[in-house]
Amino acid sequence: MTGRDRDWVFTGRARVFADDDINTDQIMPRRGFELPPEEQSALVLDSIRPGWAATVRSGDILVAGRRFGCGSSRPAPLVLARTGIAAVVAESLGDIFLRNAVAYAVPVLEAPGVLGAVSEGDELDVDIARGAVTNLTTGSAVSATPLPPMLLDTIAAGGVHALLRRDGYLAPIG
Amino acid sequence: MTMAEKVLARRSGRTVVRPGDIVVTDVDLIVLADTVFSDTPDTLPTDLLGVAHPERIVVLMDHGVPAPNERYARAQRRAREHARRLGFREVADVGGGGIEHQLIFERCLALPGQLVASNDSHTSAAGVLNCAARGLGLADILQLAATGRTWYRASPTVRFELVGELPFGVYGKDVFLHLSLLHGSQEGHDIEFGGPGLETMPLDDRATLATMCTELNANFVMMPDDALLREHIASVTDAAYEPVEPDPDAEYAAVHVVDLADVKPRIALPHRINGNVRSAAAVAADGIRIDQAFIGSCANGKLSDLRIAARLLDGRRVADGVRLIVTPGSQAVYLEALRAGYIETLTEAGAVVTNSTCGACAGGHLGVLAPGEVCITSSTRNFRGRMGSADAEIYLASTATVAASAIEGVIADPMPHLADRPIS
Repeated sequence: MTGRDRDWVFTGRARVFADDDINTDQIMPRRGFELPPEEQSALVLDSIRPGWAATVRSGDILVAGRRFGCGSSRPAPLVLARTGIAAVVAESLGDIFLRNAVAYAVPVLEAPGVLGAVSEGDELDVDIARGAVTNLTTGSAVSATPLPPMLLDTIAAGGVHALLRRDGYLAPIG
Repeated sequence: MTMAEKVLARRSGRTVVRPGDIVVTDVDLIVLADTVFSDTPDTLPTDLLGVAHPERIVVLMDHGVPAPNERYARAQRRAREHARRLGFREVADVGGGGIEHQLIFERCLALPGQLVASNDSHTSAAGVLNCAARGLGLADILQLAATGRTWYRASPTVRFELVGELPFGVYGKDVFLHLSLLHGSQEGHDIEFGGPGLETMPLDDRATLATMCTELNANFVMMPDDALLREHIASVTDAAYEPVEPDPDAEYAAVHVVDLADVKPRIALPHRINGNVRSAAAVAADGIRIDQAFIGSCANGKLSDLRIAARLLDGRRVADGVRLIVTPGSQAVYLEALRAGYIETLTEAGAVVTNSTCGACAGGHLGVLAPGEVCITSSTRNFRGRMGSADAEIYLASTATVAASAIEGVIADPMPHLADRPIS
């Protein structure tokens, strides 16, 4: 199955961080670098909202401001996804964050105007292949430029590591 | 086409590249920092079984050198093992290397017109060499090393046309802070520099500016090839290269003329740079006490930085209660500074001169901050928690401003200090 054939709609509860310029040091703090994955994910966005990661329900959708994930190239999307966040919709994304999201198979969408259409806790429908965000709570909608097929293919394959294992560049797990 | 579009076209076999195009390319140089080989948070295996072009791959140990803990030691061991087994072009190891971006520049590991990829976000630094260079994520770098190919979404370009000359006491770091103040974040865009003002800037200052454009959230950062650059390259290698220059009809999202005469010493206040820059004179009026001053990083660990610091601290002392840490950008910078007497001068003044490493800038070792501490740094980022505690405050400025502050014990305007002792 290629990325084009898959259903790319995510339905979940909006978790809103309206600040611009939330950087990868805040998403994936240095003090978590040497912790096991679950302890590392507990620190996600902790400097902005202490204890926030523990409040994420699996399937929640992160709604963020401009340049979300700017800064260092650390694999922040992966650590963020481990909190249970199913997709990220932002006014705009840091470029390396966007690449990392694709590489670690984390669904993302840049949807300018999304902050104006979504409040914390709203139920959202996000279609990353069509580029559409629908607020099921209020009925409002925001359209966006979808991810191109090549990048959807990478996400559908389970990310870059999965592709490299498939093609014999990395040893299989186990 | 712009300079970056031309490089992408060249490496993707296309005649034209336009903003928004997704192009699949190979690259001329892949730089892997020691961080590539760290235990990954997901424990995904990253042991590569093969690479497409080992002669295009170099491994540079910089983030934690010498290894401050077992995690770094394991990463560096894996890096050496990969380089040996797969036959990489070069390993710059402890004792023979330094910070990646400084090494690329001083050893001309890449040449004008080339495409450079690395896992480090400050890779735009190589723009000073007329290279299209930017940081990719770890997974992308693994994929590129393995398959020899990666992808880029071509960005629209903002051009900064520099005119005039840098005033006395003003450096590349101040030019960057000035651009941040005037024009703010350029996310989603490439930056292209040009104009007669750029040609008047020393290469070290250009390199600082290219490095810091990562903090404007820029993608590729291109500077033209000129006589000064060609002279530097000729002193290192006689390899042939094909520089790129923009076409007369290149399309820009914006063109900003910036007069270097307007640049003053400037400081970014804690926790972010863009939208948070004031003049050093204004901040100095607040009398902000500091605990630590740091000079170093890929932006400002150059020989000229150590020269400025030594000149200002010659015969003076670091203020009581202040720690001044100076971390050269490379072993070569360290050696040159040693020969020139800068390290002796700095040590006499009460500074600690460390080996070359990312060190305090990356927050891993050699100058980590405690809660409540205030640091002024000439490094690359002042994010909360960047240099240790999330409850520390980081001010960011030029090396001259940092050195002046270390002497006064409070955040200072470097101008009075510089006026006393002009730096050749």
